[in-house]
Amino acid sequence: MPKPLPPVNCNTEREAMWLGVREASRVPAAIMSASFIGFGSLVHDAGWTLGQGIATTVSTWALPGQIMLIEMFNAGAPLLAIAVSVGMINARLFPMVVSLLPMVRKPGISGWIYFVLANVIAVTTWMGVMLRIPHLKPEHRFSYLIGFGCLLWFISPFFTALGFFASDVLPRPVSVGLVFLNPLYFTLLFLVDLKKPSKIIALSLGAVLGPLLFFVSSDWSLLLTGIIGGTAAYFLGQRIDGPTIKPEMEPGIEIDRGGN
Amino acid sequence: MTDFNIPPWAFIWIAIAISAAVTYSSRFLGVIFSGKVRSDGKLIEWVACVTYALLAGLVARMIILPIGSLGEATDWMRLSATAAGLAAFYAYRRSVAAGVITGTLALIIMLW
Repeated sequence: MPKPLPPVNCNTEREAMWLGVREASRVPAAIMSASFIGFGSLVHDAGWTLGQGIATTVSTWALPGQIMLIEMFNAGAPLLAIAVSVGMINARLFPMVVSLLPMVRKPGISGWIYFVLANVIAVTTWMGVMLRIPHLKPEHRFSYLIGFGCLLWFISPFFTALGFFASDVLPRPVSVGLVFLNPLYFTLLFLVDLKKPSKIIALSLGAVLGPLLFFVSSDWSLLLTGIIGGTAAYFLGQRIDGPTIKPEMEPGIEIDRGGN
Repeated sequence: MTDFNIPPWAFIWIAIAISAAVTYSSRFLGVIFSGKVRSDGKLIEWVACVTYALLAGLVARMIILPIGSLGEATDWMRLSATAAGLAAFYAYRRSVAAGVITGTLALIIMLW
């Protein structure tokens, strides 16, 4: 897990924005670039065009949903199944936006800006900004989010393109390896803070049901996997966890990662 | 797939647009409800469980029943590369980077 950040001293909003850019450009940018290089290779491998790959990156900007889209589309799943599956897998963005925005809201910023800015909120942005916010003055947090989120968003299409072209140029084993990076990255990302029994059950059921149900219905299998496995895990988890929310848990801090 | 007369390439763009729209709906609703709902309620807990199951299903299917170039690696290669990644991940204090690099390199070496 990320270690606590050193304190910083910001005097202006401009400084806060550049601090966001600088801090995003280290570990977060390294993670994003590797995962989007992997995604670009997947796009190429799936027979999609670079334009289509970049379009999903800049419009969706949430990798599990993007990978889901490509995998399901190429498996011949109906559009409705794709829409519901991508919608469900990216629904984890809802609690992230809900918990982050109240901390960065600034008087005098018109409402529509937040609807645009929400596009740069994904797990990497969310984690990075949440970690830094306690050190910043309330009026500087908005600028920090802009710097941090926009940098990550802006570099993503370039690394998608890099991964796409790399799979043409690099030796075959390397380009297959870059495609493999996608499932491996998300497997590990979900294991990082796996503590709750319900999440462990959900992961296990999903891993078993996913391939099994594929033999029942290739079209709807992933969606069924999510709904059956997730609902079963939710109820089983409630029996183990107990239905009450632990009082020491600060709302919005304990949140599901699930990748960018 | 459908009765409409839409050329196949257009379907990809429609799927891209739909995916973007459903993804944005979560962010949009997040802005609307920000500060108004607890982000650890029951519905969100259920959504999180469904997300975990969906993602595990997707990942397991990509590794066990790959449809693209991952099929060039044998089942044994993909599974042992995954195991190598997991081992490195836990060996280096749950470092995602260590696990991803090790697992990917393991597959590349086995395919070479």
